[in-house]
Parts: sequence; C-alpha cells; structure tokens
Amino acid sequence: MNKAKTAVKPTQQSKSKSPLLELKNVKKHFDVTEGWFTKEREYLRAVDGLNFTVKKGETLGIVGESGCGKSTTGNLIVRLLDPTEGEIIFEGEDLTKLEGEKLRQKRRDIQMIFQDPFSSLNPRMRVFELIAEPLRTHQTHKGEDLKKRVYELMDTVGLNEEMAQRFPHEFSGGQRQRIGIARALALNPKLIVCDEPVSALDVSIQSQILNLLQRLQKELELTLVFIAHGLPAVKHISDRIAVMYLGKVVELTTREKLFANPMHPYTEGLLSAVPVPDPEVRESRERVVLKGDIPSPVNPPSGCSFHTRCPFADEKCKQEVPEFRELKPDHFVSCHYPLESGKGTLQNN
Amino acid sequence: MNQQINPEPPSESQAQAAPDTMKKYKKSSPLVRWTKLLLRSKTGTVGLLIVLTVFIVGIFADQLAPFGVNEQNYANMLAPPAWQEGGTSEHILGTDNLGRDILSRIIYGTTISLLVGIFSVVVAGILGMGAGLFSGYYGGWVDTVTMRMVDAFLSIPNILFILVILAVLNPGIMTLIFAIGVTNWVIYARLIRGEVLSVKEREYVKAAKSIGTKNLTIIRRHILPNVFSTFIVISTLSVATTIILEASLSFLGMGVQPPDVSWGYMLSDGRDYLATNWWLATFPGLAITITVLGIIFLGDWLRDVLDPRSQGR
Repeated sequence: MNKAKTAVKPTQQSKSKSPLLELKNVKKHFDVTEGWFTKEREYLRAVDGLNFTVKKGETLGIVGESGCGKSTTGNLIVRLLDPTEGEIIFEGEDLTKLEGEKLRQKRRDIQMIFQDPFSSLNPRMRVFELIAEPLRTHQTHKGEDLKKRVYELMDTVGLNEEMAQRFPHEFSGGQRQRIGIARALALNPKLIVCDEPVSALDVSIQSQILNLLQRLQKELELTLVFIAHGLPAVKHISDRIAVMYLGKVVELTTREKLFANPMHPYTEGLLSAVPVPDPEVRESRERVVLKGDIPSPVNPPSGCSFHTRCPFADEKCKQEVPEFRELKPDHFVSCHYPLESGKGTLQNN
Repeated sequence: MNQQINPEPPSESQAQAAPDTMKKYKKSSPLVRWTKLLLRSKTGTVGLLIVLTVFIVGIFADQLAPFGVNEQNYANMLAPPAWQEGGTSEHILGTDNLGRDILSRIIYGTTISLLVGIFSVVVAGILGMGAGLFSGYYGGWVDTVTMRMVDAFLSIPNILFILVILAVLNPGIMTLIFAIGVTNWVIYARLIRGEVLSVKEREYVKAAKSIGTKNLTIIRRHILPNVFSTFIVISTLSVATTIILEASLSFLGMGVQPPDVSWGYMLSDGRDYLATNWWLATFPGLAITITVLGIIFLGDWLRDVLDPRSQGR
C-alpha cells in the first residue's frame, strides 16, 4: 500500500531516538466534593504523576485494572481533558499550553480510536460522511479528491466501497471499529491513541482488529498508544508496556522483559492472572494472587500506593513513596523491593 | 465476511457524472425516497392527508365556504345540523346564535387557527432549540444564565404573561404568535438542554472533538440531528395546546378579534349554549381534534423516518 499523500506538513527531520510524546509529571484530579457548602474539597486522583515517553514508530501498551486512570491518560494525550498539572510534550511543543485554533490544527496529528464502536459513530451519519468528517474539518480534500481518499481509507481498513452509503447500525462491531480506525487514519496522524479498541468486541474479532492495527502500524509507520485492561491484548501489539496502578505507572519496560522478568509485584500479579491453557504448566507455576480491591483514588494509601495489596510490603512501603527509576536499562520500576527474576525473591534486603 | 444486499440501483445522473469507481456513491432523488417512505407507513399517510386537507381548506377558504364568515340569517338562528330534527340541508352543521353558518365559520377559522398554532410553535421552537442547544453544550455560565431565565419565565403564569404582552402590543394575529412564542420557548429549552446533556457525553461527540471539529459544527452535525426527534414530538403536541391556548385567549377577549374568527373563538363562543345547542362548540372542537391528530401522526412518522435505524423496515 502506498502511503497516502496528503497536505500534512512535512515533519522536521526527526532524530531517530527523540521521543514523539513525553509526559512530565502529568496529573488529573477531579473535584468530587459533594454539596456546595462543604469546606473540605475532595479530589479523585485519576492520574497522579505520570512520567513516560513514547518513541517515534513504537507501540506503547498501557495496562491496568479498571479505575487505574488509563483511559484518563488517553483522554489527556488527545486533550479531551485538560491536565491539572504537568506537561504533555508532543514534538517539542507543550500541548497543554495550546488553545483555540492552534490546538485545533494540532489535533490532526493526534487521533483516537475509541473503546465502544457502538457509541463512537454518530448513528445518523453514513459511513462516507463519518470517514470524511476529519478531511472536511481540516479541508485537506475536496470533491472527487475527497471521495477517492475516503474509498482509499475504506480499502485500507478492509471495508468495501459499497458500504459507504450505509449507516453504522447496519454493521457488526468489528466492522464499526474498522470505520473508527479509518476515521482516525484519515488525516495521516503521527500518533494514534487506542482506548481499549478491542475490549467491546468478540474474541474472534479482537484478533482481526489487532492484526489490522499491527499491519497499519507497519505500513503507515504509525506511533500507537494502546490502552487495554489485560496483558494478553497488549502483548500481541506492543513494543513497550507501561503498567498502571492507581493513577501511576508502576513499571515500564519492553514487552520481552516485562513478560520474562517483571520487577514490580503488581505486574507479577497481573501476569499470573493470565489464564494458561496447558494444565501442567498451570499446576506447576507459582501464582501471586492479589488480595482485596483497588483502593479508592479519592483517598489513596500512604507511601507506595500498592502496599495494601502487596505480599512483600513492610513499614518502609507504608511511609515512603517509591521513586520511578530506571533499575536496569530500559526498565523503569517504582518499588522499594523490586523482584529479581519473577520468582518473588527480593533483590535487596 | 461482507455479504450485503444492494439496496437500490445507482441513479442515472450520478453514475454519468462520476467515473466508474464512483458509481457506488449513489442516492436516489429525495422526493422519490420520501414518497416511498411515506407510503410505507399508514399513520404517516393518514396524517399527511389530514394536514394537507386542512391546509387546502385554509388557503381556499373563500372559495369553499358556502356562506360569508359573518353572514347572519335571523330566520334560522340556532338551527341544528342537517341530520337532526329541525335541521336544514342549507346549513349542514347548523347555525349559531346569530344565525351564522357553522361550517363556513369553521372553514374561515382554519386559516387563523393554523397560522397561530403552527407559527407560534415555530417561534417558540426556534428560540427554545437555540437556547437549549447552547446552554446544554457549552454549560458553565451560559447554562446558568439561560436556565435561570427559564426558571424566571416558568414562575410567571403563562396566560397572565401573554395577556400582558397582548395588552401592551394590541391584540392581533402577529402579536398573538409573538406572545405565545416568547412565553413557550422555555418548555423547549428545558427539554432540549436535557437531551443535549446526554448526547454530548456520547463517544462520537468526543471523537468529533478529538478530530478538531469546531463547536458550532459539532452542534449542527452531531448534536442537533440526535435531539431532533424529541423536538418533533414535543412540537407536534404543542400545536394542539397552542390552538387551545388561543381559544382561552379569545375567550378572555385578547385573542382573535372579530370580525376574524378562529376555532378557539368559536369554541368559547359556543360555551354558553353547550347544554341546549351542542353543535355550536362541538364542531369547532372536532376540527381542532382532527387537525391535531393529523399533525401528531405526521410528526410521529417524521420522527421515525429521521431515525436511520428504522429505515428499511
């Protein structure tokens, strides 16, 4: 497939290692105070200090339980939400400082694929209009050119041209998600945030969509931020994986290292929750079963936010917030007692 | 994976204009499509027939009415309808206390009742729709100001408010439409705002925002079409209440002024005779009922047709 030619301004010769996106201490707190006259304000710390980078051309997976702030992270990156604090730097420019028309222009470069393909498409618009919307909004294509581009996009995501005049309700979930993907691709964005794009789909369709995303990423040299609540989905597609817990990234490393050698007890817990088909392996492996529920982000635990559920927690964990540091090359962990080889042994002490 | 039914053949003009790759981008002409959709629904057809008839009657009142609007026949006062004992075939629906032909008066009243009923709903609808869309979508102080204004309007008794406006501006059809319009917009504003609040949280609105679509375009393209069915339903129902409201105003002497006549005026006029001469008030009442029914049928059908999910059924 030839890369579609559009009126996207040429990128400044990107240095291969320079990050495309960088989040610096990003926080998002929602005011959840009840009543007008309450003096003490309560905040839900949906995202509480995120630091990570996304490199050009890679896929960064973000996983975590529901309520850990991963969707908020996605919404912050595409500026559907404004952060309470922190910087989101995209190609050297702080997105949080952009306003009005400048922001509107910037939105071209960062697109989003939504979780629910049933509510992310306007039920009153035809497929053609849905996919043409970004092109019309930014007036990149007109007339015949527009038609050609829309059909080209439909072809790219595996939809027939005949479907252009149909309404979303006439499609299955997988096909709808393809429409959503075509819409996200329309403007040749540099970064696509996928917010649980397969979790609303049947298992059999999930892999189709994942394969499609993977293929598109290679062909169009896309950079993806892939949000999911389970490790299996991100394993397939991600180069690096960030594990989130209570609004913070607790571990960030390459896919191989994360699966072979997780260093945060929470990651270990997530990994052992993945079902294993082979009964013998299943019997023999050690499981770290996490006890209890995720604490309320309105009133997060002191010290390490994971200490309430961590099998290795001690006094230090209750008091000191662990630093998010690079323990091994390309392996960031925030834990006082990181795991050594995924066996639950303590590295120091 | 993609089996499909080809719904309609490409229309010729489109196919000629476009090269063969574009052949599939087709739409049959809107008139044909709408007629097809209309005939598919019985209620819609009946509704349209009623509304069309009423419109034609209103437009050609002068030609259709057998008697003049204020033509009095003292020899035949309070004559019952033709099929009742004492009725004459001359006055099919009977005559009123001044010997005026009821049928003729109903025919003449059509114009004003329709004008007031429809246009005041249009005025109220446009005002309320605009207020509801903006206050719901933008929220914040726009919302607060609009909604407090709505509260203020709602706290004043409707009829009193209209009476004050009419008293200040002199009664007449235009002032009537204006008065009803500017007092009734609050109903629409409230309802539409509520709908907008729910629609704007849907993911497709978020998607449009993340694409960079301008706010006004989002309102026009994504919000408006998805709150329109609610609007259609309440506005068709309002036509009925407006015709009745006009009747009450006429009764209070601030509505339609003689020699003009409206259904509502006739209704309140015949009230005194209800016990002895039922036909004075009954027939204008029937006219209101049938018209309103027709409009509701039509609105119901319109709401269904505007929803793409119900097409093809």
